Amino acid sequence: MDFTFTEDQIAFRDSVSRFLMTEAAPELLRDIWETESGRSPELWAKIAEQGLMGLSVPEADDGMGMADIDWALLLQEIGYYALPDAVTDTAYVAVGMLSALPQGHAARAYLSQIASGSCRVAVGHPTNGTVADAANTDVLLMAQATATGLELHLLTPDQCEITALKSIDSSRRLSKVSWTATEATRVLDGAQGQKVWDTAGERGALAAAAQMVGLAQRMLDLSVDYVAQRKQFDKVIGSFQAVQHHLADMVTKIEFAKPVLYRAFYALQHNEADLAVRISHAKLQCSEASWFASRNSLQVHGAMGYTWEVDLQMFMKRAWVLDAAWGDKAYHSARLTQGLLRSPNAPVGPGATFDRESACAREFSGQAAIKNIAEEVAA
Amino acid sequence: MDLTYTPAQKAFRTKVRAWLKDNVPKERLKSYDTREGFEQHRAWEALLAGAGYSAVMWPKDLGGSGCDLTEWLIFEEEYWAADAPARVNQNGILLLGSTIMEFGTPEQKARFLPRMARCDDMWAQGWSEPNAGSDMAAISSRATRQGDKFILNGQKIWSTRAIFADWVFGLFRSDPTSSRHHGLSYILVPLNTPGITVRPIRAINGREHFAEIFFDDVEVSAENLIGAEGKGWHVAMATAGFERGLLLRSPARYQRSAQKLVDLYLRNQADADRDHSIRDAVLRAWQGAEAYTLSSYHTVGRLNKGAQIGAEASTNKIVWSELDILINETAMRILGQRAELIDDEEANDWLEGFLFAQAGPIYAGSNEIQRNIIAQRMLGLPKS
Repeated sequence: MDFTFTEDQIAFRDSVSRFLMTEAAPELLRDIWETESGRSPELWAKIAEQGLMGLSVPEADDGMGMADIDWALLLQEIGYYALPDAVTDTAYVAVGMLSALPQGHAARAYLSQIASGSCRVAVGHPTNGTVADAANTDVLLMAQATATGLELHLLTPDQCEITALKSIDSSRRLSKVSWTATEATRVLDGAQGQKVWDTAGERGALAAAAQMVGLAQRMLDLSVDYVAQRKQFDKVIGSFQAVQHHLADMVTKIEFAKPVLYRAFYALQHNEADLAVRISHAKLQCSEASWFASRNSLQVHGAMGYTWEVDLQMFMKRAWVLDAAWGDKAYHSARLTQGLLRSPNAPVGPGATFDRESACAREFSGQAAIKNIAEEVAA
Repeated sequence: MDLTYTPAQKAFRTKVRAWLKDNVPKERLKSYDTREGFEQHRAWEALLAGAGYSAVMWPKDLGGSGCDLTEWLIFEEEYWAADAPARVNQNGILLLGSTIMEFGTPEQKARFLPRMARCDDMWAQGWSEPNAGSDMAAISSRATRQGDKFILNGQKIWSTRAIFADWVFGLFRSDPTSSRHHGLSYILVPLNTPGITVRPIRAINGREHFAEIFFDDVEVSAENLIGAEGKGWHVAMATAGFERGLLLRSPARYQRSAQKLVDLYLRNQADADRDHSIRDAVLRAWQGAEAYTLSSYHTVGRLNKGAQIGAEASTNKIVWSELDILINETAMRILGQRAELIDDEEANDWLEGFLFAQAGPIYAGSNEIQRNIIAQRMLGLPKS
């Protein structure tokens, strides 16, 4: 039993962090906002040089072949520096989808291009009403509902009608995508595609959750810096207990969201039976930490926090929008209800957190109470 | 990261589970805030100690099982899953026991620890004073050195179960010219010493849960000094943070409560679902207990790799105390009008839990103090 990261994982995280500190400084991100695409090809190329784009690409496809858990720390850094989300959709979610294709499948050719930084992928997952970065991508992965499940389709932008939408987060570039499913665009049928889409949804949810923790940490750090220099009544406001307690509560929420996040990445990597519960728990706990952090950060920044000039807004907005991405609170709460209150083998009670075959078998007292969750959610 | 238990850890779990199955009393023990219940609990502590389970992390020769932190977590999971009795001598074992383990002489260890493990000696805590609660450095009870003795004068308060206790451990001002956290000494005192008066205080549930202790020229041997004279604050703090952070409230306790809450909700679902925010609260209770558990395992992993717990221990205190309120408050909401009925056994368990939970944000260092510690020591903000 070892619930910690290796020295290598921490060292890689630190190097990515140092890189982003200079290459994704707030003033640079603000410049990128002003461009039409909202994206910087130079930054993208540098990220690829860091090895981030090929992190999960199998070694046979010119990548590093790393696993889900290796993203747990990196995605927090991506959140901390509010990096444009195309990186996570391409390098984590889409790579996971393409890597699931059988060896020799033509679409796997994109993997090595992603690793080298020469291919961007937008993912049209059904939990998201819009497609992120569709207007600035090389390939789109889209879902088509059928009686047997969600088919996986692969399209190029010229096969779609892409309408750009504006988000309150200026670095988020969303689109509405209209397209027609054909035999030529289909990569997987409904039965096979469903599994790939399901896992993609879990990865997307965890990517959002991890970024929200990073965002919460950034908002905390910005707030600490601010209250340590801002004076009122001849004292720095950071010396006032009311202000200190706002920040202390942020620390607590952040610190207790992190292990939940790590547990969920591990569950995903090992395809554990409880992974839906673990992932929804992570998404809810991380989103609560980041919303709480934005609320308290704004409060301690005073009116300055309500301005465009102060950087806080960049991170606050990202936290707000990621909350609804890849399954909103209602979606993840419903999954927790299903997994904890409607399941005879729910991971509830002492000994149910790890290694479930050794955990205490639980007598399920709620059999009589089981109702149809679909009915309940509909009501 | 490897989230599987080793064969040795699984074997330990199996052994503990089997022992608890055979030994946990079939009849519920009475409240340890009653004389009869206290004696029942004392007998249970002795039985636990016989198996090395009353203080599992202590070395075997001092009454423990020599467990590491992961085994401690496993033990606690089995203990709470088995609904074994609440631990009556916890303050002694966790606070004083750990302190003697770190600062005591070999003679003091041999003299006090095995008896503590068996609950032959029941220990009360003597830190708080009427004017030194959250501001604990304001301690004014005095210890005047006279040769190989100390003469104690002053008053302690909020000493849990002191009316049943045999000994008290506390901080006394041994340097009359000192102030704040300087010049304090950590001294152990038998409660039957002449000059000591113990006056019970009825708690919110009507029982004599804690007491005031008055010291009037009480003579105590200098052999009962733990650590160096005048360094009592350092001695007390060295273990308090660690205990508060990890050992004082094991996560399994909250997982078991959350599990019982889920079961209570499921048994009363038709009624409870009239207010869907109740179901949400049940889910939040599970999430909180699980997050606390995961955090504990994460901390243990870091400690195993040589890390130390510092001020972040204070985040734990806030989390478990607020979680305890959430769990019990939610149960009260599910029970509705039944919740107040003292003769309804199921409802009364939750009511007792609810009442006790109210104290959580106050004892072991108020949550406001914990937030100050987090802001000042973790975030580096200045004192006001």
